Formats: sequence, C-alpha cells, structure tokens
Amino acid sequence: MSITLKDVEHVAKLARLELTEQEKEQFTGQLNAILKYAEKLNQLDTEGIEPTSHVLPVTNVMREDENRESVSNETALKNAPDEEDGQFKVPAVLE
Amino acid sequence: MFEANKYETVVGLEVHVELHTKSKIFCGCSTSFGAPPNTHTCPICLGHPGVLPVLNKQAVEYAMKAAMALNCTVADVSKFDRKNYFYPDSPKAYQISQYDQPIGENGYIDIEVNGQTKRIGITRLHLEEDAGKLSHVDGGYASLVDFNRVGTPLVEIVSEPDIRTPEEAKAYLEKLRAIMLYCDVSDVKMEEGSMRCDANISLRPYGQEKFGIRAELKNMNSFRGVVRGLEYEQMRQADILDGGGVVVQETRRFDDTQGKTFSMRGKEEAHDYRYFPDPDLVVMHIDAEWKERVRASIPELPGARKARYTSDYGLPAYDAEVITTSKKLADFFEESLQYTKDAKQVSNWIMGELLGYLNANNLELDDVKITGQGLGEMIGLLEKGTINGKIAKTVFKSMLESGKLPQQIVEEQGLVQISDEGAVKAIVDEIVGANPQSVADFKAGKDKAIGFLVGQVMKASKGKANPALANKLLLERLSQ
Amino acid sequence: MALFDMRLQEVHNKLVGKELTVADLVDASFNRIGQTDEAVRAFLTLNEEGARASAVELDKQLAAGGERGLLFGLPAGLKDNMVTEGLLTTCASQFLRNYDPIYDGTAVKKLKAAQSVLIGKLNMDEFAMGGSNENSSYYPTRNPWNTDYVPGGSSGGSAAAVAAGQVYFSLGSDTGGSIRQPAAYCGVVGLKPTYGLVSRFGLVAFASSLDQIGPITKNVEDSAYVLQAIAGYDHMDSTSANVEIPDYTSALTGDVKGLRIGVPKEYIGQGVDPKVKEAVLAALKVYESLGATWEEVSLPHTEYAVAAYYILASSEASSNLARFDGVRYGVRADNPDNLIDMYRKSRSQGFGAEVKRRIMLGTYALSSGYYDAYYLKAQKVRTLIKQDFDQVFEKFDLIIGPTAPTPAFRIGEQVGDPLTMYLNDIVTIPVSLAGVPAISVPCGFADGLPIGLQIIGKAFDERTVLRAAHAYEQYTDHHQQRPQL
Repeated sequence: MSITLKDVEHVAKLARLELTEQEKEQFTGQLNAILKYAEKLNQLDTEGIEPTSHVLPVTNVMREDENRESVSNETALKNAPDEEDGQFKVPAVLE
Repeated sequence: MFEANKYETVVGLEVHVELHTKSKIFCGCSTSFGAPPNTHTCPICLGHPGVLPVLNKQAVEYAMKAAMALNCTVADVSKFDRKNYFYPDSPKAYQISQYDQPIGENGYIDIEVNGQTKRIGITRLHLEEDAGKLSHVDGGYASLVDFNRVGTPLVEIVSEPDIRTPEEAKAYLEKLRAIMLYCDVSDVKMEEGSMRCDANISLRPYGQEKFGIRAELKNMNSFRGVVRGLEYEQMRQADILDGGGVVVQETRRFDDTQGKTFSMRGKEEAHDYRYFPDPDLVVMHIDAEWKERVRASIPELPGARKARYTSDYGLPAYDAEVITTSKKLADFFEESLQYTKDAKQVSNWIMGELLGYLNANNLELDDVKITGQGLGEMIGLLEKGTINGKIAKTVFKSMLESGKLPQQIVEEQGLVQISDEGAVKAIVDEIVGANPQSVADFKAGKDKAIGFLVGQVMKASKGKANPALANKLLLERLSQ
Repeated sequence: MALFDMRLQEVHNKLVGKELTVADLVDASFNRIGQTDEAVRAFLTLNEEGARASAVELDKQLAAGGERGLLFGLPAGLKDNMVTEGLLTTCASQFLRNYDPIYDGTAVKKLKAAQSVLIGKLNMDEFAMGGSNENSSYYPTRNPWNTDYVPGGSSGGSAAAVAAGQVYFSLGSDTGGSIRQPAAYCGVVGLKPTYGLVSRFGLVAFASSLDQIGPITKNVEDSAYVLQAIAGYDHMDSTSANVEIPDYTSALTGDVKGLRIGVPKEYIGQGVDPKVKEAVLAALKVYESLGATWEEVSLPHTEYAVAAYYILASSEASSNLARFDGVRYGVRADNPDNLIDMYRKSRSQGFGAEVKRRIMLGTYALSSGYYDAYYLKAQKVRTLIKQDFDQVFEKFDLIIGPTAPTPAFRIGEQVGDPLTMYLNDIVTIPVSLAGVPAISVPCGFADGLPIGLQIIGKAFDERTVLRAAHAYEQYTDHHQQRPQL
C-alpha cells in the first residue's frame, strides 16, 4: 500500500488540517516511509490473537447516578474565543 | 403520484430516546431541561483537555431495560467506541457511542394497524451521548452553542426495514413510546426532543424483492411530522420512478411548515467516522445475575396488559389497546377496578369523558386531579342509585378539577339523587299542575309529552330526582 | 553540599528542624532558575507569585508546629501537559498559548494536598510528541550536561529542571518512553509506573491507552517518596487501577540477593552504542556482586514494537487532539470564511509539524478500509509483545537493559527524519505497550553525556523495581554527578 498526494489531501480534510503544498509533499513522503516500516507487522501471523486495547483486566467501571456541581456560565466561557448571550459563538453551521 | 398498488414503501426508523437519569452519562452534571445556556456543564462535558469519562451505571441499566422490553438479546460483553466527526455541538469532536458491540440486538415490537397485528424487527439498541444545541444568529452568519444537553444519555433504536406505510411508522413510534414510558426510562417527549426520529425510506415495484434506493429523512419533530414526511417522500419518489428517473441516495430535511422534504446534498461532507474502541473506558461484562436483576424491574408491558384486559375483564380489543397505550392510563384503569367490578363501565368513562376532556384541552393525565379510586367509587354510587348519570357527569367534572372523592363532592354540593317517593311526588304534582297543556296532550294520546314532563321534573329538582321514579310517579298521576 | 543537591528527606529534616524555611527553598529555586534557565530553558511558565504566596502560608503552618508530610514545602515542577487551575497550561503548543484551565488534574491535586510548592510548568515536545524537546513550539530545552545536546523528550523540561537543580522533583508523562529517555539523557531518575497506578485525569491525553504520569528525581529514594504521593485509585479515571498502594520507601532495603534478572538480547544487540552496552554490562556486574543473578533472555517481538506503537499512539492521538477545534478554548484563527475554514485554519496554525504528522498518520490508520490492516493489526501485535513480557516474568523478577540505545544527540541532528527519531524509543516502547513499570537510573557517561539503565518490573511491582534501582545506587556514584552550569 502506498499513500498518494490525493490520500494526504483526503486525510487532511478528515482531520480538519489545512496543508501547504510543501507540507502535502513532505507528508506524502514521510507517511509512506512510516507506513512502509509498519508493513513489517504483516510478517507476523496474528490469526487467533486477541487485540489488546487495555493492558489492565478491568471491566465494569461505573459511577452511581449522582449529580455533581456544574461550573458557572462565566467559568464555562472563560476560555471561549468568541461568545454571545452566555453561549459559545462560531461561524454559521450550514444547514 | 403514489399509488399503493403500484409501489411498495419500505421504511426503517432510527429513533433516539433520551434516558431520564439525574446526571449525564459521563459526568455529574444535571440532565434537566430548560436551564439557562451553559449552566449544566463542567470541564468533562465541555471536552476540556485532560478530562476523562466515567460511565453512569443507571444509564446502562436503563438501556438494558429498554433493550429487554423491546425483546432484544442483551450482550454479554459490550463496549464503547468513538465516532469521530467535527461539529460545534460535539465538544470532543467525537461522540462516545457503540459500534460493533451494542447493548441490545435482534429485538421486535408488535404493532396494531387496521385491527391486524404486525411484528417490526429491531436490529439494535445502543447507548451513546447526546450533543449540545445550536441556534443561529446574525442573520444566519453565526451560530451559538449551548452545551447543557451534551452528554445526556441516549439510546438509539434501529428498526429493520419492516415498515410499509406511514401509518405503520406512526403505530411503531407510538408503541415504542408506550414501551419506554412503561419501563420508565425516558420522558419520550418529541416536542422537547427527548424522542427523535430519522427515517430511511425507499419504494419498489410491487413484487420486487430488491429494495429501491433510499433517502434518509431528518428533522421530523412530531408523530404527525413523521407521517407527513413519509407521505411526501412516497409521492416524491413515486413521481421520480414514474418518470423513469432514479432516486438519489441522500439525506433530506423535512420542513414542517411547507410539509416537504429538501435535499441536504452538498451541505454535508462524506462521512468517515473512524470508529475505534474508546481507550478511556473499559469493557462491560453483563452477567446473567445483572441481567436478571434488571429484567425483574421491568413492569408488565402494554402487549401483556392488553391481553389481560381482554381476557380477564372482557374489554373489547379496541378499548384495551387505547387504555394500554399509556402506562399511567392503564394504571388508572386498574386502580378504578379496585373500587368497582364493572370494567366496561370504567372503560367507557375513560374512553369517553376522560380522554375526551384531555384531548379537547390538550392535557395529559398528570395534568388533571381525578384518581382511579374516584372513578371507581363514582361508578359504585351510580350502581347503588346514590347518583344518576346526570349527576355523575357533574361529579366527574368536579373530580377532574379538585381530585376530591365522589362521596365528598356529592355531600358538599348536595348532589344525592332524590329517590324518596314523597319528595319526588311533590315535584310531580307541582309540574302536572303547572303544565295543563302537556297533560292534555298526553291524555289525547301524545306519548311524547311524558318526556317533556319528566324533563321538567328533573329540571325542577336540579337534576337530582331519580329519573325512573319520576317517570313512574308521573304515569301513575296521569292515569288517575 | 548545595541546597539543591540534597535528598528530599534531608531537606525535609531541615525544614522541620527549623534550619530552613519554605521561603528559603522557594528563593533558592527561583535563584537557581535565574542562574541556569537562560541556558537550559526548562520552564515555559513560572508560578513565582503563587509559589511565594504558598511559601508564606506554609511557613506559618511550619511555625505552628505539628506533623508535616515529606513533600511539605518542597519546590516542584510539572510538565506542561498537566492541567493546573488558573495557571497557563500550553502543552508547548501555540494552540493552547492562552489556555487558562478551569480545573486541577488529580496528580496536581495530590501534590497540592501534600503541600508541595509548584514552581512552574515545564517545557516538552508539543502534546508530548517527540523525544528531544525540539518539538516544543516555544523553544527547545537544552541538556544541562551539554547545552548543544537535546535533553530528550517528551518530558525534556521535567528532566532538565531536576538535573539543573531548579526544582527538587518534577512530574513527567510517559507514553512510549517520555519520562525514562529524558531522565537517561539528563542523568536523573525517571519512573514510569504501571499503567493505571497514577490517575490520568487532568493529563492532556496523547495516547490514552499508554499515557502514564511519573516522577523525575535526583535519586531513587526521592522517586519512591513522590510516587507514594501521586499513586492511587481515582474514581475520575475509569482506567485507574483499584489496587492497594504499598509503602514504597520500605522496599529500599539495599538487599537484592537472589533477585533473578533477565537481560533481553534484543536490547543490547544491533544499534546499541557500544559505550551504552558497556555501561549496562558493568551495572549487571554490580548486581552480580550484590548476590543477584542474570541471564540473557529474549523478547522476540521487540522489533515490531515501534511500528505497532506509532500506529496505536497516532490513532488515539488523532482522536484525542480533535477537541482542539477553536470553539471552546485555545486560539481561533482570525477571520475564517466559514466554520470548516475556522477548524482548518485554527488547527493548522495551532499545531506544529510533528503533531500534524501524527494526526495525519492516525487519521489514515483509522480511516475506512484501513482499520483492520493497521489499528487492529497493531493491537494484536501489542498482545504478542505483552505475552513476551509475561513469559519472561514467569522466570525472572526484573528485566534490565539500556533506557536508550545511545546517549543524547545534538540539537538539530535528527530533525527532518521522523523514522530515525522514532527508533530512539526502541527499548522504551515495548515496556509501554506491555503497561509494566520501569525506571531509568544513571549508570555511566559517554563523552560527558549520561547513560541510563532501564529496570523493568512486573505489573504493580514498583517495589521490586525501586529496590533494585536503589541498591544499585548505593554502590555507584553516577547519580551524584552534577552538570556544570
């Protein structure tokens, strides 16, 4: 598998990154090198091997349905780049 | 033009139901509706850097309960996955949802349409978090985000494409709503958004096995909206097919005021959600003991109650269906029956006076004060002859407003039926004396005149005279 | 002995013995930073006002007498990916250059509860992605032993600040070696605890299934004290282990008689600097002389670890860093055309090259059609790597090898070659994937640059790791060497 400039553009779109032409070229080369290196994983037969998403054998971690204090509206908006009427403001969402 | 004998409609519904836990699914903020914007939020549900989710056990149990009530198989092992997409109402830019190991799978519900029972399959039920709320300002150039709702636990219930008409879709939603209410896992109010519905709809020529190309409908905000949206879409797709065209697979938005659907094409990008197991949460092992405990908390469901009402109380199927649509109404019905044995009479009052009043005033049972005991006792007073049908209507109205028991209302308002012969006879004498023309008419063979005279007796007694007694005494008097 | 050379216990004794005040310690810390940080650049944000205010308060408490915990009044630094309420937390990223947190992380709370004094926030590779601190978007931290060299990373600031005597201890975070490798490069002690021992709540996530907070200190005893303060179950972290926390310092007996040590041949083979190998073998001789035994073992899937790690960590990172969208916090790009433009510009302006590269890699690995080939495959390989460790630990108490294949490299030497840079982590990454604890302790020098010895233990057996590391320290003086600044 080899990653093309078009793949890089598609992935950048998914990841909401805007890349310069130079970055696109550079990433195409670098991602190809990394993925080529990752191909060595295919040398291993993993048939019947369970995937590990957690090293700890922990299950059923849950909390009781209890309320904890929320933060104030002022605190919620403290870091907001833009706000209006106690809400976060963003450029229009297209509908 | 959509002709039902030409095309068969195929509908699958995706319904989101908010679970009414006290706190959010992954943090302790309140889930209550209607607070000022961004006051039920914390670093966790605002998706601040470094925060972690911890699962609300009640949300899991509600989801299990809902899955069981929908006849789903509850998973032994279930987990959460991240659904990655950018949208301002999604603070982490991923939604914690369930991808390949949902809580419930392979369920069904039975619906009634035109007196027929039909089984609609349920593909899956999974647990996920709700998004925030967007509103639009600056003439549509900007949006505001309120994160109060974000993190409210939701179940998504996906049906099989077993639904064939808009009416079936409505019956499915009503049944689903009833089951959720019975289980007491949600308020299921479409107007408040605690129940939301998307639909996949396609048409195929009758007899064709292969499904047609489907459209996904969004933004149908009421049961009526769902019916109208599907009806419109049936027509639209039939017109395309009639003209030899091809339906485009796309998402369409239903506009309630215009009653039409509009393409959202070009306004949303191709999605690639990049699901993967959420490494911040651990796997759930749902063992038999846990399942049993949750199963034991599920009350008798509408289907079972309906069957019981027809077999044990001899109610007509229609009455039983209507009464069991709402758990509260069915509970009310059963409470009444602790005070009277006449189930049909109770049903008549519920179907007539009670639902009539609620519908006319757009109210819910909770909004009126009458109790099942009140209705049962009132029917008892009718049976004993303490009150007559006319008084009963007055008493019923009074119970709706005050919640008082009928005996008290009757006493306070002096509404006891007058069954004392002497007292009624006195009124009869008075009426006969005051209406010589009617008396003459009766004696001349005009039987109808007796009705007028009884009416006058009732009026003079303010409705309290025993009508049968009044009739009897009048006849006696006039034959003298 | 200079104040900053002392062990935590010694400073503590002087505090409670009223030979010193907290204000003295805080002054000394800022003075030392003043003298050395122009060269080292370990700090991103100083908490001078806050630290001096706490010193006044703590000195009042001290004067009132009573029991004081060991970390009471001791100046400490935090890697800048640990969220501190009211104190800038940037993750060394431009995206968060103005981020003023509204809560404290659990480890931060625990240090506050222990009444340690927070001196400031330490430099790092942006969002903990990197092994040299050259990926800080502000400035690279420099190795106190030779400021032309990198301090390692991503907890480079945390290691350099301790090595330079600016703070008594610091916290770092380790995803694939980010505590151990900079500790090795800077000649200090860095401990990555078992995954789940220290809460991740309030640690800005890089790769959630691997990230772990741990102490960086001048010696093993100090490491045990700091670990004691930060370890423990946290109901705010679902992946936190609900285990009883033992007493760590009581494990430091100096006795390693009968300990069985496995030395993976893959860790001292090809690609390992001969001087590093020599230092490791010399350390093993010390253990032999103390009555422990060692033999060569194999962790056969070692060569696949780096590939599996970069797929897994980048995939998780691509999702974890999606929240940096310019809606609720962080720096939003000016004058975006529309919403999508706002996302793309804010993120592209806010993230550096390495961060973008990993987001790209992770997004690709998770995207439709590639999940099984990359992510799922890497998770299965992770299982094999973990099994390697399980097997060795059936017969051995500890695994020992180098912390890094080479000593620190020159600043700029490996920039532009991400793959080579990734391979520096070849002996720390498998440990992270297995989730087991490991410590790096100084074990020698090559051309004036420190070398680290990595001691790896069984899950939740930090006591044995600390015991072995401490015993080694008692018979060597590498940890007592100090850079000339």
